[in-house]
Amino acid sequence: MVFLNLALKSLKNRSLASILTVISIALSVILLLSVERAKRAAEEGFTQTISQTDLIVGARSGPTQLILYTVFNMGNATHNISYQTYQDIQKNPAIEWTIPYSLGDGHRGFRVVGTTNDFFEHYRFRGDRRVELQEGKPLEGLWDVVIGSDVARKLNYKLGEKIVVAHGVTHGEGIQKHDDKPFTVTGIMKPTGTALDQSLYVSLEGIEAMHIDWKDGAAPTPQTAIGADKIRKEDIKIDQITAFFLRTKSRIDTLRLQREINNYKEEPLLAIIPGVTLSELWHGLSYVEQVLKAISWMVVAVGFMAMLIALTTSLNERRREMAILRALGASTSKIIALLVFESTLLTFMGIVLGTVISVAGTALLRPWLETEFGFYLEGGALGKTELMYLAATLVGGILIGLIPARRAQQMALKDGLSVKI
Amino acid sequence: MSKLIEVTNLQYRYANAAHDTLQIPEFSIQKGERVYLYGPSGSGKTTLLEILAGILKVEQGEVKILDRNLASLSESERDHFRAEHLGYIFQSFNLIPYLSVQENIELPLHLSPARKARLQSEDAMSVLRHLCTRLGIITLLEKKVTELSVGQQQRVAVARALLGRPELILADEPTSSLDMDHREKFLELMFELCAQFGTTVLFVSHDRSIQHLFSRSVALDSVNHLEKGN
Repeated sequence: MVFLNLALKSLKNRSLASILTVISIALSVILLLSVERAKRAAEEGFTQTISQTDLIVGARSGPTQLILYTVFNMGNATHNISYQTYQDIQKNPAIEWTIPYSLGDGHRGFRVVGTTNDFFEHYRFRGDRRVELQEGKPLEGLWDVVIGSDVARKLNYKLGEKIVVAHGVTHGEGIQKHDDKPFTVTGIMKPTGTALDQSLYVSLEGIEAMHIDWKDGAAPTPQTAIGADKIRKEDIKIDQITAFFLRTKSRIDTLRLQREINNYKEEPLLAIIPGVTLSELWHGLSYVEQVLKAISWMVVAVGFMAMLIALTTSLNERRREMAILRALGASTSKIIALLVFESTLLTFMGIVLGTVISVAGTALLRPWLETEFGFYLEGGALGKTELMYLAATLVGGILIGLIPARRAQQMALKDGLSVKI
Repeated sequence: MSKLIEVTNLQYRYANAAHDTLQIPEFSIQKGERVYLYGPSGSGKTTLLEILAGILKVEQGEVKILDRNLASLSESERDHFRAEHLGYIFQSFNLIPYLSVQENIELPLHLSPARKARLQSEDAMSVLRHLCTRLGIITLLEKKVTELSVGQQQRVAVARALLGRPELILADEPTSSLDMDHREKFLELMFELCAQFGTTVLFVSHDRSIQHLFSRSVALDSVNHLEKGN
């Protein structure tokens, strides 16, 4: 125990350098843990953007493209699929539910999705979380719109607000606006932390109704325009949708159903398993994660350098101390042990401080991170990987401590009992 | 009286040095002696002390302390031997700056269980207090080392060297930083305690004004017969 006492008092004697060393190691640990946490949150948030959906079906294109425009609001579909095809596949007894998606219109940079109330009922993300409304009610009337939380927040929309949908998703004001057919905000969704927050949801009929008087992709003239009040939901015939999500009654049917849809005779279709495509996509992006990891290990190395410098610069002034210990019968290996013990103690305190700050910080900031950035912070604060990193840091600290310790031993051997400084 | 230190045909040369530092055919100290060894700076006084303390390894010749041949001991055996049987007092800066006076004095007991065992049934604390009372540093025990005067620091060093009744104290000019009055008082006190504990003293210095206080004085040159042209 004399070592503990000696090491503690010696560190206390050089308290400023010791505190700074502990802080620099703690900062490295915080960064290391945060990067790991962020990485996991990003990966899980990404791959769990949609869950419980077994297949996403769209017109034949690439799987990545299909998942990007359905789940991430990115890019556009090159083709639509006919509503008849949708209804035909829907009849398949293996299917439990479907959610149709009709895309192509936007509102001030946000995407407008035509769907049905099946969306609110069946859509799941992050395991078993469902789309919930903060206020208002789901889609009912032809000109009803339910808006995502980001849309409500950024555009400061309240229930009852009249909004105009533009043709195509454009930022700012749309070029061609369906301003003769305004929608009314009837519901605002709770934040989900996914791309769902950045969309507006109307009924499939609403999408069709906006374009009812359009001819061959051209906007109507004042003469051909049909007023919003003259259109009734019952009269709308839905012609096409962009894609749909489906859930099988039994997971075993997924692959068979996927094959069937991909071989659908009437129309070229593509069915993908979202989980598979998402994790493929994620691994394509994993270099970012590698870069982050490399950076945080570099920060740990810098922390160790700070410790190495602090310990090495103090060695010269401690030569006297080493000679005294030698005279009292301490072997040179005890001198090594003392110094390694000091560096281990510094590293350990740094790790503890860093871990406490990181865990407490995550716990405190969690709600804010979830709503503000859509971070998905599930699971325990310290996973297996984190504990492994902490152990690696401790081992690294001990190894780094050997450098000044070895030097001290050499000096002690050379100095003997007569130190000439 | 039996011999405590017995040096025979010792030759010592530092690694990479062109000449031997020490060539001592015969030198011995009896138990209970207070030997004053003098010689100019650089004559090898400290080298001899480091050999006797077991810091430097004897390559040629024989050095026996308490009938143990240091040359036959391994490095760690010599470390243990030093911790158990020796007290060492430096010229100055004897104390570890971040420990209190009392912690400094107790240090050898913590570093060597054997030394602690030598106190036998005696209570370490009461021995320590007795020593410190005699040395006039009892009021300083809780103080920081840096608050002490040089004279006080040297007395703390004596207390530490004597705690656990070592057979031999090696002192490397411990009085050179004290003024004349304090030197004599310091030595008288140290000898008194050594006599009480039966501790032998080997004291090296280049200052001959205090040699009359010792039971024997030896010029290092008279025992260290360096061959001419070596």
